Amino acid sequence: MSLRLLLLAACFAGASARAGEIPPDQRRSGYETMSRETRAIQDDDATNPGMLSVLDGEALWKRKAGAADRACADCHKSMKGVAARYPAFDPARGRPVTLEQRINGCIVERQKAPALAYESKELLALTAYVALQSRGLPIAPRIDAKTRPFLEAGREAFHRRQGQLNLSCALCHDDNWGRHLAGSPIPQGHPTGYPIYRLEWQSLGSLERRLRNCLFGIRAQVPGFGSDELVDLELYLMWRARGMKLEAPAVRP
Amino acid sequence: MTTRREFLVLAAALAAPTAARAQVDPNLAANRKAAFQAALKRIAGDAPVRKGRVKLVLPPLIDNGNSVPLTVSVESPMTEADHVKAIHVLTEKNPLPDVVSVALGPRAGRATLTTRVRLADTQTVTAIAQTSDGAFWSDTAEVVVTLSACLEEGLI
Amino acid sequence: MARAVVTVPPNARRGEIVEIKTLAQHPMETGFRRTQTGELIPRDIIRTFRCSYNGTEVFRAELHPAIAANPLIAFTTVATESGTLSFEWAGDNGYTVTEIAAIKVE
Repeated sequence: MSLRLLLLAACFAGASARAGEIPPDQRRSGYETMSRETRAIQDDDATNPGMLSVLDGEALWKRKAGAADRACADCHKSMKGVAARYPAFDPARGRPVTLEQRINGCIVERQKAPALAYESKELLALTAYVALQSRGLPIAPRIDAKTRPFLEAGREAFHRRQGQLNLSCALCHDDNWGRHLAGSPIPQGHPTGYPIYRLEWQSLGSLERRLRNCLFGIRAQVPGFGSDELVDLELYLMWRARGMKLEAPAVRP
Repeated sequence: MTTRREFLVLAAALAAPTAARAQVDPNLAANRKAAFQAALKRIAGDAPVRKGRVKLVLPPLIDNGNSVPLTVSVESPMTEADHVKAIHVLTEKNPLPDVVSVALGPRAGRATLTTRVRLADTQTVTAIAQTSDGAFWSDTAEVVVTLSACLEEGLI
Repeated sequence: MARAVVTVPPNARRGEIVEIKTLAQHPMETGFRRTQTGELIPRDIIRTFRCSYNGTEVFRAELHPAIAANPLIAFTTVATESGTLSFEWAGDNGYTVTEIAAIKVE
């Protein structure tokens, strides 16, 4: 086969990995696939169970802790806009980190207290409290020369077929969103509301928990909390949702 | 992925005496129906339970059976002379028939309750109101319950 | 830690029917779930909820395992006079939570 044909085939193969990308104006939050009643739970702070965690987070934010006997509130004022730009580049680690990792970094380095466990009530509460302060703001992770390689790694992970079922995220969430899988509508999978109160969990949970669940569901290897693979994927997902409004703490089925 | 240790623990559990394992009741449906009838008897005794005055609202197709928004409202002037004394919600297919029982009176202003319930299966939910004259009124609602598409089996 | 949140309008006209929404933080463990090795997880739920208006009970609910986790209980009450609405949740394993809210009635 001639080199030209091979190149053409290569172009095609590269293009099909992007072919399913949802046009920006067709992106929809998972909010819109929910029933009217579940949406109502999210819309009212008086009925949204996620708000219980937000209140816990507010209390933790103000509480002095660690060997340094410092409260988050001692250094930080408003956290408006913060959650909307995570995962963000951390110069100390030379790579992007999640909001949870950033919070833990502060706890360890500034409060001189032990890091909070992933998915612990306390870490979720603090994350929820910070995320709430970006509610209504457009998602805007910063993509530049430093973060682009990690974005590309996340994009590759999103499009990669994996696991016993040989499925990629893109196959369901780019190519088949809106269709039904075993009675449930497939969402586009934008992380617009994290940490979410998921009815299936009956508790608040992080994006990493949700991603691990999904990977478990397609019978793939489940990366550990805070692993590079997961954080890169989160960066891609937030970039994919850029411009969409943050809804934290959202309610989802 | 199950580790070798988890496998051994599971194998030991399977070998455990019958009582320790979850047993599926072969008469499940019939027993739960009977439990529903017994709960109804506890609430209304021998008095007739008539359809009407009560409005039970549940989404017909729900997102998740773990948390289903439910509202009961009863037509009533809620005066001293004529008011709703109690509201009960029952199911036919949950492990237990009782969901919630509310005691209220004229101070409520309106006979209404909103809460979120767990529904184990596609089924009929029943709401019963007891009025101050000793009568019982009811309404039912049919709900379709589907499972989540991706079962996580307790993975956090 | 936030154990419960109550939403009550701060002001009302005398005789007005006001909406009250309450949210309690509680897993409402049904007693029907099992661990990976088959042991039953014991029931741990909120059993009763009570609302008192200046000391008089105006609403009471008995909860069963079929009430979802982090229970929402919303109801109404007539704004009779200014004062304090007191909310009490009680349940298994000595669980007890009280919240109060002030209401001004003109």
